[in-house]
Amino acid sequence: MSPVSPASSPSPILELRDVRTHFPISSGFLFKRHVGTVKAVDGVTLALAPGEVLGLVGESGCGKSTLARTIMQLVPTTGGAVILEGKNLTTSNAAEVVGIRRDLQMVFQDPYASLNPRMTVFDTLAEPLLVHDVCSPADSHARVAALMRTVGLAPRFMQKYPHEFSGGQRQRIAIARALALEPKVIIADEPVSALDVSIQAQILNLLAQLVRQMNLSLVFIAHDLSVVKHISDRIAVMYLGKIVELGRAADVIERPRHPYTRALVSAIPTPNPDIERQRQRIVLPGDPPSPLNPPSGCAFHPRCAYAREICKAAVPPLASFEPGRDVACLRTAEISNL
Amino acid sequence: MTSAPPTSPAAVPEPIEPGNSLWHDAWLRLRKNKLATFGLVSLSVIAVACLLGPLLSSYGYEEQNLDLGASAPSAAHWLGTDTLGRDLLVRLLAGGRISLAVGLAATFVALTIGVVYGAVAGFFGGKLDAVMMRSVDIMYSMPFPIFVILLMVLFGRNILLLFVAIGAVEWLTMARIVRGQVMSIKKMEFIEAARSLGLGRRRIIFRHILPNMLGPIIVYTTLTIPGVMLLEAFLSFLGLGVQPPMSSWGVLIKDGAEKMEEFPWLLIFPGTMFSLTLFSLNFLGDGLRDALDVRSSKD
Repeated sequence: MSPVSPASSPSPILELRDVRTHFPISSGFLFKRHVGTVKAVDGVTLALAPGEVLGLVGESGCGKSTLARTIMQLVPTTGGAVILEGKNLTTSNAAEVVGIRRDLQMVFQDPYASLNPRMTVFDTLAEPLLVHDVCSPADSHARVAALMRTVGLAPRFMQKYPHEFSGGQRQRIAIARALALEPKVIIADEPVSALDVSIQAQILNLLAQLVRQMNLSLVFIAHDLSVVKHISDRIAVMYLGKIVELGRAADVIERPRHPYTRALVSAIPTPNPDIERQRQRIVLPGDPPSPLNPPSGCAFHPRCAYAREICKAAVPPLASFEPGRDVACLRTAEISNL
Repeated sequence: MTSAPPTSPAAVPEPIEPGNSLWHDAWLRLRKNKLATFGLVSLSVIAVACLLGPLLSSYGYEEQNLDLGASAPSAAHWLGTDTLGRDLLVRLLAGGRISLAVGLAATFVALTIGVVYGAVAGFFGGKLDAVMMRSVDIMYSMPFPIFVILLMVLFGRNILLLFVAIGAVEWLTMARIVRGQVMSIKKMEFIEAARSLGLGRRRIIFRHILPNMLGPIIVYTTLTIPGVMLLEAFLSFLGLGVQPPMSSWGVLIKDGAEKMEEFPWLLIFPGTMFSLTLFSLNFLGDGLRDALDVRSSKD
């Protein structure tokens, strides 16, 4: 059940212990009736080392974005602990969270929605600096200019408004805003999925470069393994609110263990057309189940080619299968050579 | 992180390019709209005339000349006089002050109540929101002309009360608009981003939510003023509003309508003035709605 700790560092900078975020569904007028619970995040345990890039993948609706918002304390946690540098965010009061949050910042999915359309780039970037007294108003101009250069934007655009920039440029502004308070950990929630493919690579390279330069830890969320495989040190695969596989990026891509990861890996296109033609795709039958009414036992069993009777009854824990690899599947050992 | 990347040129400070705010873009779009520009200009002219006109005229709005009686427009009285020999132009401009003031003041009352009420309901949501908005629904179903008439009868014919009564009637729609805006904006990613940065609740409301909902508020305000002015005219027409010798456009139209067969100018001039003002306000409101609509911006 213990998560894989990267060998390089024994003390993680960010740790999630059995984090659960459930949303009650109620109906009725004025006097609400509780009709069900969506378990968007249901028992996630993870550790992020300083300077590490963790790729988090899973299909739409599996709880990736909710996990990001839970880490950021933007949605209330139902249970478990989010620990940043030894401080538990879920038990801290609002004022403490504000202080701790400087070390934890987020880049959002849609750069068209994540910037205030009524504020100039300067206002957007200077606001956190001034609110947290990072610098005086007199120094803010130079600080904002430096931030803009860091993300590859010309400072002469600082009086422009978000609508005067392209999607990629806006995402650079959003990254600059996340960097303004010099955080230690950045959560990037699908930062490239709203961008053109040609721009995606630029933003990925920028993030990779910033992580190295500033020794940042990064949780990089995507719904697509081909996007995360280049940037990540480790990859975590999420299915219906739980992590089903966790391991070093190259290992997970080359030797996926969980049947769900196998299907995801088989969907990565290859640039070589000869290999691409021979590529065997594993097409999962059915749709992702509703998190309101998840299947019994292993949540993946209705779509799994390897499922047995036992999979309908028992919930597989995320267990160490080999050094540096955790898999949540009851039949990991049996199917590992298939 | 303060080091410049190698690609940037040497220490030549680049001139900072000015940006175009959404307000600036909206202003340009508004100026292109001919009807809205016409509305803005004619409203300004009417407002200035009503403010300054009575001061410049040699007649007072209650100054009677019973020997003259009702006289047709002439060189001495450009718009003629009413049955008591009072100069119609001065009464029209002085009445405009009252009508415009009622329009602005009542709209201001409606705006204040509506924005605060709607923002509270939208921001806090949940049970509070449900209770507050159901109360609004109930108030919507009350017959408001009767409510205002009741107030007038109970508390006497007081112009100040008229402002408050009309404002208290008109805030319901504003509250609904503001609540909807707040609910949609508070779910947007830039609000989550502001929370992630550790900004305070007050700063988020005033710097991030409010500026993004000003557009619909401005538009609805411009469209509320004519409605309020009509209501004032309606009350004055019934004899429940402004009392003679004070004048308002509603009072003038009522007096004119009584004598329209003998002295048509007493109805034509106030009617024209009132219609022109209402048209201008509506044109301006429509123009503002088109200009401030985010969907029509460059995105």
